[in-house]
Amino acid sequence: MQSRNDRSPVGGGTAEDLPENHTPHDPGSLDGGREPTAGYDDPWYDALATGWGEADGAGLTARAVPAPRRERERGVAEVYLEVRSSAAFQEVRRRYRRFVIPGAVVFLTWYVGYVVAATSAPGLMARPVAGAVNVAMLAGLGQFLSTFLLTWAYARHARLRRDRAALDLRWSTQELTRGSGGGQR
Amino acid sequence: MTGHHQALALALFSGFVAVTLAITTWVSRNRHGSAEEFYAGGRLFSPMENGFALSGDYLSAASFLGVTGLIALFGYDGLLYVVGFLVAWLVVLFFVAELVRNCGRFTLADVVAARMRERPVRIAAGTSSVTVSVLYLVAQMVGAGSLVALLLGGTGEAARSWTVIGVGALMVVYVSFGGMRATTWIQIVKSVLMLGGTAVLTVLVLVRFHGNVDDLLRTAMDRSGHGAAFLAPGLKYGGGWTARADLVSLGLALVLGTAGLPHILSRFFTVPTARAARRSVVWSVGLIGGFYLMTIVLGFGAAALVGPEALRKSDASGNTAVPLLALDLGGGPDTTGGTVLFAVVAAVAFATILAVVAGITLASSASVAHDLYAALRRPGGRQRGEVGVARVAAVGVGVVAIALGLLARDLNVAFLVGLAFAVSASANLPVLMYTLFWRGFTTRGAVWAVYGGLVPALLLVLLSPVVSGSPDSLFPGVDLQYFPLRNPGIVSIPLGFLAGWLGTVVSAEPPDEAKHAETEVRSLTGAGAV
Repeated sequence: MQSRNDRSPVGGGTAEDLPENHTPHDPGSLDGGREPTAGYDDPWYDALATGWGEADGAGLTARAVPAPRRERERGVAEVYLEVRSSAAFQEVRRRYRRFVIPGAVVFLTWYVGYVVAATSAPGLMARPVAGAVNVAMLAGLGQFLSTFLLTWAYARHARLRRDRAALDLRWSTQELTRGSGGGQR
Repeated sequence: MTGHHQALALALFSGFVAVTLAITTWVSRNRHGSAEEFYAGGRLFSPMENGFALSGDYLSAASFLGVTGLIALFGYDGLLYVVGFLVAWLVVLFFVAELVRNCGRFTLADVVAARMRERPVRIAAGTSSVTVSVLYLVAQMVGAGSLVALLLGGTGEAARSWTVIGVGALMVVYVSFGGMRATTWIQIVKSVLMLGGTAVLTVLVLVRFHGNVDDLLRTAMDRSGHGAAFLAPGLKYGGGWTARADLVSLGLALVLGTAGLPHILSRFFTVPTARAARRSVVWSVGLIGGFYLMTIVLGFGAAALVGPEALRKSDASGNTAVPLLALDLGGGPDTTGGTVLFAVVAAVAFATILAVVAGITLASSASVAHDLYAALRRPGGRQRGEVGVARVAAVGVGVVAIALGLLARDLNVAFLVGLAFAVSASANLPVLMYTLFWRGFTTRGAVWAVYGGLVPALLLVLLSPVVSGSPDSLFPGVDLQYFPLRNPGIVSIPLGFLAGWLGTVVSAEPPDEAKHAETEVRSLTGAGAV
């Protein structure tokens, strides 16, 4: 169904140019036809019946699957392995990790430090700052503030740096799994 | 309490029950059957709706009654709960919401089972999810009981028991007839009511002190009888190293536990995409953060205006601080204002309990039907509809929760919720993190991760001062106390991670590379998500 050339958005291009050079692979296919009109703000309410549906009903009776299904699953597995090693996917994953890992280190350290300080340095925490407000109160409010800030930063980072590339990868991956038979139900 | 309180509170509460039952009937007319509908409400809620529902699910009686009570009685140490409850949402936002939405269908076990052999991991993850849900349910039941005891003014051991039973019966009705769609709308209604009620009380407290927060804190401090220590950590968790370790343990459990709570995870499947899941978390962080900021004001307000003696006299663990504060803010026990405010708060608290129990019951019935039943039924046996099983499971979970709720009624609600969080962080979080991020994770590792966190967490609670060996234990007469901490998290969470690693290292089968690639690609891109 899909020719080798159609896979280029996954196999070849980098994430930077991916949104621009991404074109519908196959005007006749379901997703390819819809994609240009699907806005990024309000995506794919009806893009349900693709690849993953395969495993749902069949999952628990996997031993009984007939041979042709196995073959198709092998095809799907290859698609996912291929997408994972593609530059575009690695870029999305790198961007995700480069935000969440430092972010998590920061907020977990800050929180554990706060709790440990509350237990082991009550003298420091009780030091008055202004009026009845002491260091402990300020630290508590600081936790609120940092949580709000990190939430905002994460949402912004994901929206600007990941969403487009991830959505493109989603469509192209679904195209490929359909091509190898994963979405034939 | 006078008859007016009771009558008005009961009227308001009956109003809420009537509205929610109407929602349930309206939602369940001509929508029968599909699992998509029952567990995920058709996946068509908007991020804002789901954000409100998430905060409704999360802000339980433990937050509304328990935490304010702890702040009112122990000052700053109560505030530590609030911070943990909020920071936990960063873990949810960063690591769970989008990825789980992309990989799963209805439950935690779906995510794990996509990579592993299905049967053992479904049984493991299903068991731990049901355990966490039941613990959480018990906390809500205890909250309902102490609220009624206050409302009916000490007359009612029997009334208290009947309330617990009544709450249990109602939640079963909501869940089995309305499924996720009704439950979500109930959460939204409740969330709006509770945030509104809390905002009114907060404004009244601030008005009472002419907007002077410093004055509020000073009055609370003076009236508490602890002086400046009231505004610093250490009143509840000060002293010996066990108390301190207990606090660190609780803090870890709160922050890491939220991401494994079954009723929170199941909410992400009610929106169409991972983006929508992310946006619902952003909404709920805003709502929950705002709510907790107000709770702090209410807690110190209760300490300043009602005073610790009156609070302790009404309920030893402080669960009734907010209703008593409302009574005072309205003008006192024998005024119209006091009666009305008290009734409103009592009704909101009831509504909170009902809504939260409905959410948890739904999540646990999904675990029973979608995970346990599906994995345990005999292959040749007669197949029942999964949704039918889920409805029956809701009844079973309800009965268990009622029984345990009657048994545990003297414990602080926030503390009980802390236990549920600890079990969730020990049993659910390790397996979820390993599944999403560790390439070499295997089926045996997954099963060990779940049981390796679940069993120690439960055992340590059984051997802790909560159950026996101290005056405020469940069974004060027995002494089985071998573990000094009241919250097991600090030991059981690392054990869960360790067991998952160990199981993976010793497993005979190699990890399935292709399945991991699939999970990784799907989790970050949403390819093939339902």
